[in-house]
Amino acid sequence: MSGYTSVTDGERAEMLATIGASSIDELFDVPAGVRLDRDLDLPDGLSEAEVYERMRALAGRNADAESEICFLGAGMYDHYAPAIVDAIVSRSEFLTPYTPYQPEISQGGLQAMFEFQTAMSELTGLPLSSAGLYEGPSTVASAGYLAIGATKRRRFVVSAGVNPQSRETLATYSAGYPAEVAGVGLSGGRTDLDALAAAVDDQTAAVFVQYPNFLGAVEDLEAIAEIAHDAGALLVAACDPIALGILRTPGDCGVDIAVGEGQPLGNRLDYGGPSFGFFCATEAQIRRMPGRIAGETTDVDGRRGFVLALQTREQHIRREKATHNICTAQALNALGGMIYLSWLGRRGLVELGELLVRRTHYARERLTAIDGIEALHDAPIVREFAIRFDAPVERVLDHCAAAGIAAGVPLGDEYGNGLLVAITEQRTIAQIDRLAEVLEEDLRRTADSREQTAGAAT
Amino acid sequence: MSEFVNPPATAEVPTPMQRDRATTIFERSVPGRRAAAIPASGVPGGDVPIDELIPAELLRDEPARLPEVSEPEIVRHYTRLSRRNFDLDSGIYPLGSCTMKHNPRLNERVAALPGHARLHPAQAPARAQGALELIWLLERSLSEICGLPHVSLQPSAGSHGELAGLLLTRAFHAAHGEAEQRTRVLTPDTAHGTNPASVTMAGYEVVKVATNEEGGVDLDDLRAKTDERVACLMLTNPNTLGLFDRNIAEITDTVRAAGGTLYYDGANLNAIMGHSRPGDMGFDIVHVNLHKSFSQPHGGGGPGAGPIAVSDRIEPYLPVPRIERVEAGTGNGDAPEARFELRGADDHPDSIGRLRGFQGNFGVFVRSYAYILSLGGDGLAEASETAVLNANYLLARMREGRAGKYLPVAFDRRPMHEFVLSGSGAKRELGVKTLDIAKRLLDHNMHPPTVYFPLLVDEALMIEPTETETRESLDGFADAVEAILAEAESDPEIARQAPYTTPVRRLDEAGAARSPVVRQQLG
Repeated sequence: MSGYTSVTDGERAEMLATIGASSIDELFDVPAGVRLDRDLDLPDGLSEAEVYERMRALAGRNADAESEICFLGAGMYDHYAPAIVDAIVSRSEFLTPYTPYQPEISQGGLQAMFEFQTAMSELTGLPLSSAGLYEGPSTVASAGYLAIGATKRRRFVVSAGVNPQSRETLATYSAGYPAEVAGVGLSGGRTDLDALAAAVDDQTAAVFVQYPNFLGAVEDLEAIAEIAHDAGALLVAACDPIALGILRTPGDCGVDIAVGEGQPLGNRLDYGGPSFGFFCATEAQIRRMPGRIAGETTDVDGRRGFVLALQTREQHIRREKATHNICTAQALNALGGMIYLSWLGRRGLVELGELLVRRTHYARERLTAIDGIEALHDAPIVREFAIRFDAPVERVLDHCAAAGIAAGVPLGDEYGNGLLVAITEQRTIAQIDRLAEVLEEDLRRTADSREQTAGAAT
Repeated sequence: MSEFVNPPATAEVPTPMQRDRATTIFERSVPGRRAAAIPASGVPGGDVPIDELIPAELLRDEPARLPEVSEPEIVRHYTRLSRRNFDLDSGIYPLGSCTMKHNPRLNERVAALPGHARLHPAQAPARAQGALELIWLLERSLSEICGLPHVSLQPSAGSHGELAGLLLTRAFHAAHGEAEQRTRVLTPDTAHGTNPASVTMAGYEVVKVATNEEGGVDLDDLRAKTDERVACLMLTNPNTLGLFDRNIAEITDTVRAAGGTLYYDGANLNAIMGHSRPGDMGFDIVHVNLHKSFSQPHGGGGPGAGPIAVSDRIEPYLPVPRIERVEAGTGNGDAPEARFELRGADDHPDSIGRLRGFQGNFGVFVRSYAYILSLGGDGLAEASETAVLNANYLLARMREGRAGKYLPVAFDRRPMHEFVLSGSGAKRELGVKTLDIAKRLLDHNMHPPTVYFPLLVDEALMIEPTETETRESLDGFADAVEAILAEAESDPEIARQAPYTTPVRRLDEAGAARSPVVRQQLG
């Protein structure tokens, strides 16, 4: 008997007697042909201490952001999450309930969703917010689904500034919708506006950009919105929620749908999940929004209360006519995000954003001052930037790793084999200097050996 | 029913929690208060104005109106909110098809290890070998449990797994030149709402299949609708009535013979672990809800994860990235070491592609793998046995007394891990609807069952106690339902006006739908 069940042999016999069955086997009304006639080929169960040790050993084989200096980003960032996030989201009352289908006993979770929606609406400058979707890239694909419903068109135009993982996810989903996906390149690190204007047509449901984009550059959303709207298309912006603390809001720039990855808001890295996705839109989309939405109402005695609103959009009511198939609200992760935003507060979010801008500019200048390193672009940046150097990226990364630094995310062929470097408030000036020294040392050695090789050849 | 005391049936004197009007964190805000201290930039030479680094026209005019609150205020606020939630650690939570089993705290501890929680997802695979091995080990475990050879952990939830399965189906048919011809997906009328919603998102048309008298798929109806236009059959087995389909082999044979794929919705896998396997039933694709059968906490509505296991014929199309275990012999006769690698579309050109960012909900994988290690193969089989025992015991209790009289079993067969009652008798004879019974259960400090689902049962109550409930707690639930029905015999208004003791009473959901207020207006 596992410690997670409590039926003793005596109780089992009594319960079977109440049921009127002679054995557990008799309870399994399963055809003989599909019964498994052997034990599962899995190891025997372990004690709690043994499981802990096994898991600790696995975890010990990962180079995490506690054991090295982490400049990795590309959607998820090593921000400091305050202790109150863990303390609150670990409470049984938040950790263990199901979706709040019984609002009278779920007011805590529902009110947290309502607060979250308010906060995300403030960040994006858009009036509507879902309670939370799976994660970042899938919100991009979900925005495409809404755009098809809203425009009755089936073509997407996607900037190369959108994270490749988001673009791939949109393409995967589009095979089903179905929808055609066309790409537009970058110019000077930002979406090529002329190419965009040429690519958008009267069959385009939505234009997709990222803010700041995958290479860290802040796009001119207003100009892009004009191009999209002139063709009757929606503009979807995948946004970094921390950067939204200081940048002009997507809503202010004319964006119709702002989505994104919520991990930077107080969520763990967790090797990629779970986190939450956010989805905000203009008032016009209220009946097309995906996912749970909490709404304010009153009870029979006139007390303020919260419920799941607009449920007639959802799969459990509307079935094949639902606006989306999603059930989860990533509620616990979104709650973590809301606690984090409360912790930062009105001024803290701005101070954090400005800190990132300053250190990121320092880092870009410090790194590009090194002989052999150049910036991939010089567009405005907030917390991430791209560089290029004349040495194999993987080898340089190995060298940095040996020095205890995860130097960045390698950029593929599409972006000229550069390196994407991310800064958080946990990356100090001393750590940035250390990264510069290690990179410089490795590149100088490369240059030296190249000269030696060249010398030997002549 | 000794010493059973009914909860209050009046709200004349509000409880302390009812008197405490809901206040949002924004309403607690006082300008100037704060919790976080942001460090100085430390940039040599001091800070320049921010608009010298970013053009002013790209910057916000005003800060986002986030709350201004101190740390103790945040903690008090969310602690207060937490007390306005009912949770699994407070009592029985028999929500049908949701598998509200105990959430072991060991799993939380191991998920929080820095090597898991602070591992960046873009870390080079060579430096994340422990994580990749854990993913591989969980894949292999789920493969054995499902009886299907290949697994992808990528889908973020059951609904995401369904969409993945349908996109895999589309890719499979396209590879066989039948993409245009196969446009329909069969789903029984007992299916979860996600099934038809996923079908539409994947660009297919839903065709409903009827349920027969014993609660299974109507074979005649299935045969009539199965032809060369069918892309896939999506089936939950045991189904949402808690019944294992006696004709499962005929069902899968029928669809397979017509060229369709077979999708198994694993929402009810908790009934059959170690006893029966979807692969052995003839299915091609299964999704597993790690937040149901494998103990990931539900979190008040996520996170979860919805891995898929598939057959050989579906394997080429699995989403990327995929984990590969590469044997790396040491060359001197020692036991071979292995390394784990991430493979993308270059290595899997027929893949449907990526479904989300990075490698999936790894933190959920950690918890579920810890759960599998804790229970082992025997323990998983025993968990299912006890889940089925508890459901059958509770059903036996619900056949007694007033429940037996007013809440008949919908399809009277031996159920697996859950069962469905119809509240039609209580509605007709007592004037008390299923909703009223559910709301009165709240006063008993119990979570109600799933209500009004499946749709084909009038006034449905869908009850899944799970294996982690004690017999006492099952008896307590049966006693509470008996007491509610007894009350209703003498005064049906008690249930109709319930609940009385919860932080708020019945809420105006219709008003919230008519003129939705979905965010706070900030001054």
